[in-house]
Amino acid sequence: MPPAEQRDEVEMLWLMLLIRRFEERASQQYQAQKIGGFCHLYIGQEAVVTGAIAAIRDDDYLITAYRDHAHALARGTPANACMAELFGKETGCSRGLGGSMHFFDKAHHMYGGHAIVGAHVPLACGLAFACKYRNEDRLTLCFFGDGAINQGAFHEALNLAALYKLPIIFICENNLFAMGTSVERSTSLKEIIDRAEGYDIPATVADGMNFREVRDKIAETVVSIRKDPHPAFIEARTYRYRGHSMSDPASYRTKEQLEKYRLDDPITRLRAQLTREGKLTNEKFDELDKRAKETALASVKFAEESPEPPLEKLYRYSYAP
Amino acid sequence: MTSEMREITYRQALNEALAEELERDPNVFLMGEEVAEYNGAYKVSQGLLERFGPKRIIDTPISENGFAGLGVGAAMVGLRPIIEFMTFSFSFVAFDQVVNNAPNMFTMSGGQFNIPITFRGPNGPAHQLGATHSHGTECLYANVPGLKVCAPATPRDAKGLLKTAVRDNNPVLVLESELLYSSKGMIEPAGIELLIPLGQAEIKREGSDVTVICYAQTVPLALAVAQQLEEEDISVEVLDLRSIKPLDERAIYSSVTKIHRVVIVEQDRPFCGVGAEICYRIQKNIFDELDAPIARVSQEDVPMPYNERLEHAVLPNAEKLIAAIKKVCYT
Repeated sequence: MPPAEQRDEVEMLWLMLLIRRFEERASQQYQAQKIGGFCHLYIGQEAVVTGAIAAIRDDDYLITAYRDHAHALARGTPANACMAELFGKETGCSRGLGGSMHFFDKAHHMYGGHAIVGAHVPLACGLAFACKYRNEDRLTLCFFGDGAINQGAFHEALNLAALYKLPIIFICENNLFAMGTSVERSTSLKEIIDRAEGYDIPATVADGMNFREVRDKIAETVVSIRKDPHPAFIEARTYRYRGHSMSDPASYRTKEQLEKYRLDDPITRLRAQLTREGKLTNEKFDELDKRAKETALASVKFAEESPEPPLEKLYRYSYAP
Repeated sequence: MTSEMREITYRQALNEALAEELERDPNVFLMGEEVAEYNGAYKVSQGLLERFGPKRIIDTPISENGFAGLGVGAAMVGLRPIIEFMTFSFSFVAFDQVVNNAPNMFTMSGGQFNIPITFRGPNGPAHQLGATHSHGTECLYANVPGLKVCAPATPRDAKGLLKTAVRDNNPVLVLESELLYSSKGMIEPAGIELLIPLGQAEIKREGSDVTVICYAQTVPLALAVAQQLEEEDISVEVLDLRSIKPLDERAIYSSVTKIHRVVIVEQDRPFCGVGAEICYRIQKNIFDELDAPIARVSQEDVPMPYNERLEHAVLPNAEKLIAAIKKVCYT
């Protein structure tokens, strides 16, 4: 497999577009009541997961919290399977049993989709522990939001990761708000990375609206971890354009703040970089965007036409044989 | 059972089970507080660090949520962790991992990730440990779909059930008992593979007047009471559940259908306790077989007091069990 950091940037731009167009369709379908429960959109944060994916191998492990649609798409889970999951259909990536917050895809090393804030950070330690136990050179990417850093599970996991020298990159997607509570109102430290340094874990800040910066900072860490297993921590400063979930009007923040980040849009930014360097034409961009929109739209059709999970197999996955 | 049965303690039996499973499967590892260098808070893991090394016998900081979660994550990718809680009273610190992550994963992932993990350690009241250290957790965990729960009473059951738990492809809780660690019992020779299936109760003593349904710490209690009541011509059948979930309903109905009178003696709390569920199932399925209302002996519904006399009053004991047996036998 070619080194991931050399992955085609135009392809990564297409992935960002796919995530955005998918989320826009999800939003529309949620409003049309085709999607139940909670639904948290990733729009605005695309550069974080895309940048991270561009820096790792396909067989590395990835685990994340409940804002997880993008992470599955980035791992290679087909948009059809993602949308079908939102619709609660048998063809969904979790067979319609997980829903928006619980996307899983074993074949693509997507280990969820976890909805209790911070509770999956110890699981990430377990994934990384298994790699080390088996003398594999895989690493684990563990994503979580700024809200998770005040949970006990997060602190216990960071300590364990440092103590056992686990090959894991903790990626804090700091979108400034844990639901409606701003970081200043939830976190005693001014700098989130000080949390990691308190556990002797090397930490760095990346501009989460900049694909290349996220990718390069993670790639640098990846080289170091593959050489000698250890944990690392990256705070990616980003922003979600939508509310915490579909039911959140986000009245706790100003229009000006939102506009400021929109002007710094990660897709626009990578597009401009590539265009300036002669790697992307307007025509090519339009073609990518058209393909992203079509893929998202097709996923809705696929989800709609897919069967429900069979009622008579309700107990099928309570216990493994 | 063979003619070469030998006598060992409950603690030794668990130690043998751990050693045999560690030996058999390189994916098995043991993790918990003081399991390695200290040889286990109750010495269940005595000698295992020396034999299997620090890669597989792993001491943890006091971070139940963290290391229980680490176990669940490792199980997602095919390792078979054995997570020791120094006592199940401490498992509440890891409650989210035990009830949310471990048992939900297989369903939530549409069958992609089963969690072959064993959580084990002493459960239930011991002696004067006070309210925080005396929890009988079986009624809580048996309530959760996706978990399996067993509570062995003898060395033989402890070894056979723990080995089965480690090989199960689901999260299994092996609820041991501090008060039983030093108790002795007969068991097959070390070379014989001893596996006791989950969900299989065992009649520990046959009788004809009353069925006493029990498990874990209440098994020796029931056996002692049965012995005592022999002098009064009351014949007690002692049915040891061994597993709480899955529950061996067939064994329960079979004994009740033969004897028609039932006492349930359990080490957990009365409200929503294991006995409450068994009562419901008996009356629902074989109501006509009952010659008397079912009696339950459990803890009193109070936080456990430290004072010895009060603690004794809270726990199931011989006097309470005898009274319950006489009541259902109308003697």
